[in-house]
Amino acid sequence: MWLRILAASLTITSLEAGYGAVRILHSVSLRVGEGETVALLGTNGNGKSTLMKSIIGMVRPTGGSIVAEIDGARHELVGMATEAIVDLGIAIVPEGRRLFPRLSVQENLLMGAFRKAARTKLRQNLDFCFEVFPRLAERRTQLAGSMSGGEQQMVALGRALMSAPRLLLVDEPSVGLAPLLVSRTIDKIQELKDGYGLTVLMAEQNFTEAIRIADRGYVIVHGSIEFEAESRDSLDNNALIRSLYMGE
Amino acid sequence: MAANLRFTVGAVIVAALVLLAARLIDNQYAYFAGYVVLQYIVLATAWNILGGYTGYVNFGTAAFFAIGAYGTVVLHKTTSLPLPVMIAIGGVLSGFVGLGMGYLTLRLRGTFFSIATLAMAVVVQTLITNWDFVGGSRGAYVIRPQKSPILGGNYIEYLFLLMLVLSVIAVVVARAIQHSRLGLGFASIRDDEGAAETSGVPTLRLKLIATVLSGGFMGMAGAPLPYYVTYLDPASGFSLSYAVNTIAMPLIGGTSSWLGPVIGAVLLGTLQQVATVTISSALSLLIVGVLLVLFVVAAPRGIVGWFQR
Repeated sequence: MWLRILAASLTITSLEAGYGAVRILHSVSLRVGEGETVALLGTNGNGKSTLMKSIIGMVRPTGGSIVAEIDGARHELVGMATEAIVDLGIAIVPEGRRLFPRLSVQENLLMGAFRKAARTKLRQNLDFCFEVFPRLAERRTQLAGSMSGGEQQMVALGRALMSAPRLLLVDEPSVGLAPLLVSRTIDKIQELKDGYGLTVLMAEQNFTEAIRIADRGYVIVHGSIEFEAESRDSLDNNALIRSLYMGE
Repeated sequence: MAANLRFTVGAVIVAALVLLAARLIDNQYAYFAGYVVLQYIVLATAWNILGGYTGYVNFGTAAFFAIGAYGTVVLHKTTSLPLPVMIAIGGVLSGFVGLGMGYLTLRLRGTFFSIATLAMAVVVQTLITNWDFVGGSRGAYVIRPQKSPILGGNYIEYLFLLMLVLSVIAVVVARAIQHSRLGLGFASIRDDEGAAETSGVPTLRLKLIATVLSGGFMGMAGAPLPYYVTYLDPASGFSLSYAVNTIAMPLIGGTSSWLGPVIGAVLLGTLQQVATVTISSALSLLIVGVLLVLFVVAAPRGIVGWFQR
């Protein structure tokens, strides 16, 4: 008998969202299955971040549904407050890292465990973070704003892990990082996913890096899903993607 | 918790020493001057809970302060409650106004919030100026009792003691917040409100807690004012100097910790009192202005920030 303890999936159905009168997402449907790493690919300004923000409750969708299934319970995320969504076990690594620059590394990590649900295993999660990112343990008292981009990305990942999430949303992990650091960050996400049993949805414009770890992928163009790839291979050799990225 | 208790004991000891020193000086003026400095410790500390910890700059200090003061005028005319009760009521009143103001304005960020608080101060002043029961623009007289109800001595000694107790409470609360989870939440709002929200910080609720505490303490600082000045009119109750001083003091002392506003208030408050006696009372705001410019240029993180480098 094989029991799955960590079960988390996300189903988005015909989602509509935007800012004021500006519509960004047009009937977006997407699924992230349990234990999967799904890449949301697209160049700048196509709605990747808006979709991520809608999931975490920072943008209020005007239509459609976002259902998270966590440990057998279904939750409709549209209309829920961000803190309640975080309580469910959903965490986001925001675009551009968005650390608290005048707080120390450790304080930044603690902010990831601000919710009561996350505080019960605070010590354990903090140790886990320092184990995954030994560099952060060395620098726990340093102000986050004074760290390099790569180190900041580690803090941002660590902060998201502090709530012991089931579903991790990663918004553009490559922004502002040197190519080598992008690779390392992507590897780290893979490593965390495997070791931690996470389900990951990653928005990324760095196509080649993203598909290294993605099981499946979606290509978003002007706020609509233009292509759904059921495997890594179908992403790799795709006319649409080539036209988007190479201008062919 | 133990650290908070130790700090409280320390603060009480310092306060007792201040009281002892005032008694040793044995000059009524020391109490009058000391009262003003202590009042600014409370105001600056209160301002810093919102302005320093969460980064929301409040220009409306005078409104909260005057609500406390006018609350006392009303209570003085209608009841014979003891002053500590009036102070508590003034604090609750201003705390509620803080809650209302916060609810209406905290969706605004940065400068927009500050402008809204400035507008609120004008609105409250207009209301009080047109309220006949508290004297309207003519002002209200409050007869100060001769003797202090406790410890003997003149009534000003009693006012001084109350303000001393109030400043101990304000500083202890501010420090406890700074070292708590609440304080960490406040700091995250100051650093990056959007990221705080995505981390699951209930930002609106935290900001409301900050405005209520901040406004409440400002109101409590204002509540004994009618007994201190004995004649209160809107022009003095809503004086610009309250708003300017309560912003300047934390900025000069340093906004990131509880110590900053205390240092700023003691330094500026004392300087102003000395200038008032030796040179002219009109000089006090000029001193604040000059010092503020100097600090913004030379030590933008205040005195505490200067030493933390």
